[in-house]
Amino acid sequence: MTVSTRRVSCIVCPMSCMGEVAMENGQVTNVAGFTCKRGIDYARTEVTAPKRMLTTTVRVSGGELPLLPVASKAALPKNKIIACARCLANVSVKAPIKEGDIICSDILGLGVDIIATRDLAAADN
Amino acid sequence: MNKRMFDVVIIGGGPAGMAAATSACENGAEKVLIIERDRELGGILQQCIHNGFGLHRFQQELTGPGYARRYIMMVNEHPQIEVMLDTMVLEVKDDKTIWAVTPKQGIVEIQAKAVVFAMGCRERTRGAIRIPGQRPAGVFTAGAAQRMVNMEGYLPGKKIVILGSGDIGLIMARRLTLEGAKVQAVLEIMPYSNGLTRNIVQCLEDYNIPLHLSHTVVAIHGKERVTGITCAKVDETLTPIPGTEFDIECDCLLLSVGLIPENELSESVGVRLDKKTSGPIVDQRRQTLMPGFFAAGNVVHVHDLVDFVSEEGEIAGKYAAVYAQKKAEKVERTIHIMGENGIRTVVPQQIVVEDDSYENVRLFMRVGKPENRVTVEVSSNDQVLASRKLSVAKPGEMIVMEIPAQAVAEAGRYIVVTLKREVKA
Repeated sequence: MTVSTRRVSCIVCPMSCMGEVAMENGQVTNVAGFTCKRGIDYARTEVTAPKRMLTTTVRVSGGELPLLPVASKAALPKNKIIACARCLANVSVKAPIKEGDIICSDILGLGVDIIATRDLAAADN
Repeated sequence: MNKRMFDVVIIGGGPAGMAAATSACENGAEKVLIIERDRELGGILQQCIHNGFGLHRFQQELTGPGYARRYIMMVNEHPQIEVMLDTMVLEVKDDKTIWAVTPKQGIVEIQAKAVVFAMGCRERTRGAIRIPGQRPAGVFTAGAAQRMVNMEGYLPGKKIVILGSGDIGLIMARRLTLEGAKVQAVLEIMPYSNGLTRNIVQCLEDYNIPLHLSHTVVAIHGKERVTGITCAKVDETLTPIPGTEFDIECDCLLLSVGLIPENELSESVGVRLDKKTSGPIVDQRRQTLMPGFFAAGNVVHVHDLVDFVSEEGEIAGKYAAVYAQKKAEKVERTIHIMGENGIRTVVPQQIVVEDDSYENVRLFMRVGKPENRVTVEVSSNDQVLASRKLSVAKPGEMIVMEIPAQAVAEAGRYIVVTLKREVKA
């Protein structure tokens, strides 16, 4: 049987709470030191299957700007973030675009859509 | 050339300016103008594509452009607001005449009844921190690099060293990694980072980027282009310690070494600045020491949350509108607020009481250095008006406290904010 504790600093909000997660045979047995439920949930996933939001940009053609900022609609597995960023480096979209438009659906089969985070009008000429 | 007339003119169309404009309309201003030098509203938010904005205001985590868009929509819903884009203000006069220049109309003369300064802040550059060595290409401020990477489509380098571990530096470390660059290290001259812990975790630790505390750049190498830097450990006086130098290879050095409120315009009118915040001295209405001139957002003091910038914009916009419609002069009493003993900055710096009517006043403060287990105490004439216990106080995290209206009424000419440290037994 392996018993361990891991210190986790929460990234949910700017409070940046520092707490501790106790584990026994890969199972979480106790979470302490966080001031809200979102923090406790974060700590639990952080030690079992850590996730992160992804924000990056994709190329735009015919737009008022050459780049469109995008974000994952939900958090992605932490170890897939770089792969997702690489995948989006090859995506190009056409203006005009509305905030919330799906830019890449079900990225890398992870079940999460990548959406536009701003409106982008077509170039004037 | 016609002189255009407005009730409230706001200089700067970022979060502070947009909130000031909508709030001015909601408080009776009929003609409001926002002057913005960029091609669109939103200010710096448009290049901050990461998420984490708006938790207080909108109860959700938005990206910078997402937060900006919500305010742009509010601005567009008010027919009283006119927006001049691509327009640079050249001069503001003490009679509230404003001279601006735009590619479409040339030089424009504008007359305001009230002015709101909302120009934001500017990054400190290499000159401000005096790094010796050559002047090769490849040295940028972190914010300039952010604009290049997120809006213009250029990578400032492939092997990067970042000096300064404030939030912009940390965010850029992750951003450049995601775009395929290698971030070699982040250096911080102080023994602690001024960035939020969440950013150290998700921007550095996630990508195994080393953070060297108490280290700084002592030389930049390369003639045409940066080829590397030499860094060294610093002592308690922040002086590099001989013998601790080591080299890091890089083709780009990003500086994230602090922000300064951008007050050329306000200073040229004669508005007095606070030496500690580098922004105008303001009262609780965000009026500067010159009647009819207001200020809000990072031009007053550098914020860490945009939500508070919007709040400040709303306050300034409201009272600018009230000033523009002002009928009779009122009897005023001024209470001065001072930070002491660990409290480095306090905004507002004064409270102006009109006709004996009192409202709750929110104070925004920063400590000078990190401290544990302290009590922030607001007092006047040795009477405590408000106090708050904090387990941790960091210079990078603004402390917000509210003084109840009743307590303001009881205050004398001075209010003092101090840190009380727990005495160890």
